[in-house]
Formats: sequence, structure tokens, C-alpha cells
Amino acid sequence: MNRTRRSLAIELALLALVILVCVFPFYWMVTTSLKTQVVAMQSPPAWIFTPTLDNYRQALFVDGVSRTLLNSLIIAVSTTALAVVLGVPAAFALARFEFRGKKDLWFWFITNRMISPIVLALPFFLIARHFGMLDKHITLILIYLTFNLPIVIWIVTDQFRGIPYDLDEAARMEGASQFTIMRKICLPLAMPGVAVSAIFSFIFSWNELMFGLILTRSEARTAPAMAVSFMEGYNLPYGKIMATSTLIVIPVLIFALIASKQLVRGLTMGAVK
Amino acid sequence: MRGQVSRKTILAFIGPSVIALAVIGIAPLLYAVWTSLHFYNLTKLRQVRFIGLENYQTVLTDAAFWQAMGRTFLLLATSLPLQLALGLGIALVLHRPGLTLVKTLTRLSLVLPMATTYAVVGLLGQVMFNQQFGVVNQLLGQNINWIGNASNAFAMIVFWDVWQWTPFVALVLLAGLTMVPGEVEEAARLETSNWWTILRHVQLPFLMPGLVAVLILRTADTLKLFDMVFTLTRGGPGNSTEMISLLIQRVGFRVFDQGLASAQAVILLIITIVLARLYIRVFYKEV
Repeated sequence: MNRTRRSLAIELALLALVILVCVFPFYWMVTTSLKTQVVAMQSPPAWIFTPTLDNYRQALFVDGVSRTLLNSLIIAVSTTALAVVLGVPAAFALARFEFRGKKDLWFWFITNRMISPIVLALPFFLIARHFGMLDKHITLILIYLTFNLPIVIWIVTDQFRGIPYDLDEAARMEGASQFTIMRKICLPLAMPGVAVSAIFSFIFSWNELMFGLILTRSEARTAPAMAVSFMEGYNLPYGKIMATSTLIVIPVLIFALIASKQLVRGLTMGAVK
Repeated sequence: MRGQVSRKTILAFIGPSVIALAVIGIAPLLYAVWTSLHFYNLTKLRQVRFIGLENYQTVLTDAAFWQAMGRTFLLLATSLPLQLALGLGIALVLHRPGLTLVKTLTRLSLVLPMATTYAVVGLLGQVMFNQQFGVVNQLLGQNINWIGNASNAFAMIVFWDVWQWTPFVALVLLAGLTMVPGEVEEAARLETSNWWTILRHVQLPFLMPGLVAVLILRTADTLKLFDMVFTLTRGGPGNSTEMISLLIQRVGFRVFDQGLASAQAVILLIITIVLARLYIRVFYKEV
């Protein structure tokens, strides 16, 4: 009895430590965002202070972070929608049809997930510059497809494979086309996978920095690129940087918590259920 | 019969995404190959000319390139074992029965780091590890120069990588542990109370798919790593934290030598594809 109690106490302490380490940086981010510049630059740092929303007001309405958040939202939603529309039929084909080159196609998709974005960023920058496509939403929407499309195809293929083939067969007996089978029979059953893949491609697009930094200037500036641009100069506005960071991170954290049960499956592209 | 579908139908289903990926994924790569064979400097666009493999020669003999490559793999070799050890520990504790509420809370907390914007992790790092007003020095009771010292800066990158991705490893391994059939585990526990024996002989087979996925994805993500390091140290001090992606970005957009940067990128691409093929050949037998 005594022994189990002790091991329980140790277990509790370990779990509390894990929670603390995971959550503390967010606590620090939010509290720093509520500090004035003077308090934020105190040494040693202050734990108790009078909070102010000044950094948020400044960031959102004076520096135009609100606009970059809107840009990020437009870009992330559009690229996700496009990835789902293009990716779902491809996933259906990979799960249901047999054809030559299927393995190569699958390998191509897998490598797309592994390619370093900087490899694409160089030529994409030159091409976009040549066609006057720099600083346009559509440029980021398209380039984000390079990682969103593989995610959608992978997760949804996995989901389609789990649907019994008998259902297709029955519908085909009644003369339904493959497209009707996908749309009317398989897609409703595959909705959980589609939703998870959509949440993932939203999170990845919303979080992306490098393409945003290289391919946008002002009109299509994304929120992470904006946050980084505060880092120039000597007297860094730490409170404002943390306020912007908080605004960027809160939506993805909410999405991630909603999809928390599916997160592992999504991040491993279905390799782990 | 299953899968007997006309060519036209198949093309209609996969065509759109194949075309899209070819246009945005392959065409730029071909253009990068073209650029890499030219003298192509953004500040001297009038002098663009074909120079054959000269850029590749430069890259292959360039110490900076191989140092950045070495640094990238050093980061992987340092943080992955830490992530595996800590992740396994957390997964084993979470797998034990009891304390349900606290464990649910822990699982939810674990979700937060890996969803966090990489760039924000870097910015947070700057604030928390600042020498004068950073909370880390306050808690340690030290006055360490984290950002300005080469090995400290590298340690800081390792810390944040471990902070962000240990939860991922933990949750993947936890998913594996819950796949072990209850009867099998109970029977094993009657035989021995040694957790290592149980882990090694009963649980490990169920952990393998997850471990493979972690190995592949962590390798790929470390080769891709840019955002967090860029916002935290910009590769500095000197180039002590300049990972391969940061080096290529600097050569292409700060030195403006697009030709050389493209050659570096093509070589990185080749290394990535070789690694991907190797991993898939060794680990993914199915599909």
C-alpha cells in the first residue's frame, strides 16, 4: 500500500513536470505580451506587474498585424480548399484502382513531404519575379500545395482503404459511375479523414514562415513574416513581438486541441493509428 | 473485378493533382537545375551566363557547405536520441493505469508544442533565453550568454527542438503501446515485473512502425529546418547554428548568388531523395 502510494506520487510529479514544461513557454509568451516595454526589459524579469493591452492595440491597429492575420487566413483557407478538391479524387484512385506506375506515384508523393522547402523557394522566387507574381496571395496558395496536397492524398487514401469494397460493388451493380460512388458512398464515410487532413493543411500553411518571408513584401505579407520583421534594430519591442506571437498561435492551438485525437495519425501521415 | 477501370477514369481522378504537383513541384526543380548551371547573381543580372558544372565544383569543395551539412546531422544526432528517451519515458508513464484525469490533461498539454508555429518558437526562445532579462537565466540563477556564444546557441536550438518534438515521439509511442493486446501484456506481467524485459520482448514489436515513422520524419524535418533557427539565431553567432537550409537561403538571398545556391539546393535534393529511397526500401515493404 505504502509502496504503491509512493510510486503514484512519483508518477504524479513526473506528469506535473511534463505539463509544466509544455505549458510554461505559453504562459511566458502571454504575460510578456501584457507587459510595457519598460517592464519587459526588467532584469531580473518581473513575475508580478500591472498588465496592459497596449501591445495588442499597437500591433493590431497601428502596425497592421490585423491585415497580415487576414492574409494568413485567406491563404491558409484557400490552399486547404484547393488541396482537398484536388487531393480527394487522387486518394480515391490510389485506394481503389489498380494501374501501372502506382508505386512510383506514391513514392513521388512521399518525397514531396521530405523535400526541403528552400529547394523550391529559390526557383519559385525567380519564376514569380519574372511573371510579376511576388507579393500575391495566389503565389503562396499555390506553393503551399506542394506540402498540403501530399498530406491530403496520404491521409484520405488511408481512410478510403478502410471502407469495405462491397459498398462500391453494390452501387456499381446498379450502374453508378466511379465518380458517383466516390461522392455518394465513400466520401461521406471518409469525412473524418478529410476533416483531419484539412485541419493539418490549415495548420501547416498558417505556421509557414520561409515562403512568406521570401515571396511577400507588404500586400500579401503573412502574420509570421510580420512578427519576424519586428526583430530588426536594437531596442526590440518584445511585448509587441509576444503579442503578435500570441495572436498567431492561439488559432492553431485551438485547432490542434480539437484534432488532438487524430494529431499523431496526421503527423505520421497515417503510419500510426 | 476490383480495380478494372478504364484509363480515362483513372486519369480523370489523378490527373488534376498530378498536373498541379508537376507544375508547382517539378517545373521549379528543373528551373533550379538550369540556374545551377549558370553564373546567376541577382545584383549582376546582365552577366548571367552558362558556366557548366562550375557551381557544383565550388559546392563540393566548399567547407561552409559541408560544415552546414555536418551541423544539421549533428543536430539530428543530438536531439533525436533525447526525444526518443524522453518520449519513451513519457509514453510508459502515460500507459500505466490510474490517474486518468491528470493523464488526459498531460496528453492535451503535449499537443501544444508541436502545433506551435516554428517562427514563434524562435521568437519565444529569444525572449526566454535573453541574457539580461530572460526567465531561463533567472530560474537557473546564472548569467549565461545563450545567443551570443557558439556552443550555447547550438544547445539552445537542441533545447527547442527537443521541447517541440518530444511530445510527438511520446504520443506516437503511446499509440504503439495501446496496440499491445491486453491479455498478452497481462500474461507477461505475471511472468516478470521487470519493465525492461516487457518493453524489449512484448511492447517493442508494436512500437516499431511508430519508431520508423519518427526516424523518417525527424530526419526529413531536420533537413528542412529553417523557421525556428532563423528567428532564434539567424544561424549565428558566426555560422555556429547555420543549418543547411539557412546556408542556402543566405547564399541565394543575402549573397544573391542564385547559381551557387541552386547547385547547393540540387545537391541537398539528391541527398534527400537518396535518404528517402533508402529509408523506404529498408522500412516500408508494403504499399
